[in-house]
Amino acid sequence: MRTVIVNGEEKTVNASTLDQLLDLLDHEARWVATAVNGELIRRSDRKGCMLADGDSVEILSPMQGG
Amino acid sequence: MLDIYGVEVSSRLLLGTARYPSPKVMADAVRAARTEIITVSLRRESAGGKAGAAFLDLIVGLGVRVLPNTAGCHSAREAIVTAQMAREVFDTNWIKLEVIGHHDTLQPDVFELVEAARTLCDDGFEVFPYTTDDLVVAEHLVEAGCQVLMPWCAPIGSAMGPVDLPALRAMRAHFPDMPLIVDAGLGRPSHAAAVMELGYDAVLLNTAVAMAGDPVAMATAFADAVDAGRIAFGAGLLEPRDMAVPSTPVIGKAVFS
Repeated sequence: MRTVIVNGEEKTVNASTLDQLLDLLDHEARWVATAVNGELIRRSDRKGCMLADGDSVEILSPMQGG
Repeated sequence: MLDIYGVEVSSRLLLGTARYPSPKVMADAVRAARTEIITVSLRRESAGGKAGAAFLDLIVGLGVRVLPNTAGCHSAREAIVTAQMAREVFDTNWIKLEVIGHHDTLQPDVFELVEAARTLCDDGFEVFPYTTDDLVVAEHLVEAGCQVLMPWCAPIGSAMGPVDLPALRAMRAHFPDMPLIVDAGLGRPSHAAAVMELGYDAVLLNTAVAMAGDPVAMATAFADAVDAGRIAFGAGLLEPRDMAVPSTPVIGKAVFS
C-alpha cells in the first residue's frame, strides 16, 4: 500500500505502478492523459512507472473548452 | 481557402465547445456554424468517470478538426505539460496556447506565453498562441516558431467586441502573410464582421454563441457575418471621408434658371 495524491486528493492505494492505479480507479486508460510529479507519462510508459509514497498523479480527460 | 500549418480550411469561424445548455445544442451549433475547427480542453477525471470518453465520442462524431487548449494555465510549465497531455489524448500537434496572467481580465501572461511557445514549437507542436495585440510580443512569438497568431480583441467572455481597431489594423499591416485569428472578446456577429473586414483570416469564439438565447441560431448568424466580412474585405472597402460625395452623377443634370 502507498499513499499518493490523485488529482489533488490523497488516496491510499494498493497499486505499485501507474498502470495499476488507473485500473484500480476504473479509468478508461485509452482516453486519459497522465502526469506524475508534473511530468507527462505516456500510455506506453505507464506499466513501468513505479509509484512512491507522496507522488502527485494527474489524470486528465477530454472536456469542453473555449 | 485558409492555410493553417499546412491544413487548408474553408470555414473562417473556429468555435469553442464550452458553456452550451446541452451536448446536443453544442453539436447543433457546431453544425450551424459551418466550422471545421473546434476547441476542446482537458480536466481532471474523477475515479470511474466516463464523461471524458463520452465527450470525445461526441466530438469525433462531428467530423471536425480538434484544437485542444491550455485554458486555466498560469505558467509556462503548466501550459507545457498540459499541451503534452493534450497531444497524448487528442493525437494532434495543434495546441491553442493560453497562459493566463491576470484573474480579472484573463489577459495572457505574455512572458510565460513566449517561453511556453518556444519550448512547444521546439517539441514539434503547432502553436496557436492566445495573445494581445502587442506587436513586440507578436514578433517574439513568431521568432519562437509560431506560424499563427491569435490576438484578443477584448477580454475573454466580455462581449465588448474590438475595443482597439487601430491596434488590430496595425497588426494586420505588420504581418501581411501570417494567419491572424481574432480570439476572445467578440459578442455580436457585427463584431466578427468588423474584424474580418480588416483582413483578419478567421475568428475564434465561444461564449457569444454558447450563452445566446438560441445558440444554434446565433452560430448561423456568426457564420454569415464572418463570410460577409471576408467577402467585403476582398471586395475592397470604401475609405471613410469627412465630406459628402454625391452618389448620383451630376453630369447631364437639368439646369433650371
